[in-house]
Amino acid sequence: MTLSPDLSALLALLAGLLFIMGLKGLAHPKTARRGNSYAMAGMALAIVITLLQAGVTDYITIAAGLALGAVVGVPIARGIQLTSLPQLVAAFHSFVGLAAALVAAGMYLQHYAFGLLETRETIEMSAGAAIGMVTFSGSILAALKLQGWVSGRPWTWGGRHVLNLLLLLAIVACAVAFVTTFSPWPFVALIVLATIFGYTLVAPIGGADMPVIVSMLNSYSGWAAAATGFMLEQPLLVLTGAIIGMSGAILSYIMCAAMNRSFISVIMGGFGAEVAADVPAAADGKVAKQAGVEDAAFMLDTAERIIIVPGYGMAVAQAQHAVKELFNTLTEQGKEVSFAIHPVAGRMPGHMNVLLAEADIPYDAVHELEEINPEFARSDVVLIFGANDVVNPAAQTTPGSPIYGMPVLEAWKAKQVYVVKRSHRPGYAGVDNPLFTMDNAALLLGDAKDVAEKLTQAVKEG
Amino acid sequence: MELTTLTVLIMVFVLACVIGYFVVWGVTPALHTPLMAVTNAISGIVIVAAVLVAGPAVVDDAVCNAIACNPHAATLQSVAKILGFVAVALCAINIFGGFAITRRMLSMFRQKGGK
Repeated sequence: MTLSPDLSALLALLAGLLFIMGLKGLAHPKTARRGNSYAMAGMALAIVITLLQAGVTDYITIAAGLALGAVVGVPIARGIQLTSLPQLVAAFHSFVGLAAALVAAGMYLQHYAFGLLETRETIEMSAGAAIGMVTFSGSILAALKLQGWVSGRPWTWGGRHVLNLLLLLAIVACAVAFVTTFSPWPFVALIVLATIFGYTLVAPIGGADMPVIVSMLNSYSGWAAAATGFMLEQPLLVLTGAIIGMSGAILSYIMCAAMNRSFISVIMGGFGAEVAADVPAAADGKVAKQAGVEDAAFMLDTAERIIIVPGYGMAVAQAQHAVKELFNTLTEQGKEVSFAIHPVAGRMPGHMNVLLAEADIPYDAVHELEEINPEFARSDVVLIFGANDVVNPAAQTTPGSPIYGMPVLEAWKAKQVYVVKRSHRPGYAGVDNPLFTMDNAALLLGDAKDVAEKLTQAVKEG
Repeated sequence: MELTTLTVLIMVFVLACVIGYFVVWGVTPALHTPLMAVTNAISGIVIVAAVLVAGPAVVDDAVCNAIACNPHAATLQSVAKILGFVAVALCAINIFGGFAITRRMLSMFRQKGGK
């Protein structure tokens, strides 16, 4: 059976609508699962339509490819630790990028074989292959950095901007040569140069900016899909690619805004290289107070409104479940306990929300920055687990600070603040945190998980 | 009205960007990670293109001699099919893996005292 082009285009439109409804479902956790099912239905429909297009006959090859994908993909998705999600997502982006480039190359070979190449098509092939390979090598490097197999420190060689510009110009030159001659060699050169370019584009970007990079590569994978759609004249690919491209771009923007950095400065890279270069030791000579677990438990006993601020340090210490126990114990005693999440609390947008959800913390107890900031002034105790820069008042008070202007959680406005920390060391940005030496703050030194367990115990006994 | 395909595709592209803009701003920040996972799965839509590269049967030399073919047409087509197959498999990993991980994450989000 073969579908007419018009019928398959209309069915593809339906698949596109299902994707849009799928994303729309993510507006609220209640509708999100249904949204995911819509998106799955859309994908199934898209694949069926494609199988029924004229000329597609080799079902065995396609079935083998699909089966291979399912056998590899599903166990990875089931087994992955949620703290490792960012690197998994980055790795998945690399697959899409590589697939887009392979499609461009395959298309070229097919049309080259029959002498069917057209100028327009070769322009689209160049775009698909170039964006695809940049996405591929950039994502691989990002995944390796996130996994810690490659150092997260940025590549700060001064000539990198010139090199990147030259690479970009060389890629354009190869594309022009390819489009005008249809010869395979400029196309091969373009693929090689784009692969190098993806590497040199991500290498200068430091660990702290990784959430932006993961979002940006998400965006690139969408544009690569859209370019492929233009090449094969498939409206569904163009539509889906554009929506994904937009989604990644918006997430990059949100992440940049949350760090008060411009997108351009993130892309130019080098941030985080001069970490701890000129940190004034304990600015005004004040020393942070230390508190014992008993003191904190006593304050929690008398408190009515408590806010917990989790940072990535909490996830690293695997303390989510211990913190959840503490949350349960306090809630059972009739106290109002909420979580305050900074947009860059995790390693990718929304990462901390997923980690808390995994620990079975209800999503309506978890609040975003704008929502919760007015609440700090009326809260009795704030517990900070493994967060530092995102609660740093210097972002509002010290114009010279590297994080000045960054939106922060105003934890210091609470009656009493406890900071659970391993040591006195400053955070990721290497900036001193005046919150620690404030009169209403005290440090609870120790491992986040350990401290949370001891607090729970003490509160139960108290 | 006769429009070229390119014009139609550009229209689709621009309108899709606008839809994407509004739909994505509507996503709650708490679900930004699932958003990224599901767009990851959907970006496996490149499988449509991959199938169109892997799917066609190799035209044999007899047919090919009738039209102006490259002398290595059969080889070139076979290589193209292999590239297409690899692309299908890569996209399928994204599709199955992406949807599965999204499902897994979304099943964890629950309300106070509720399911």
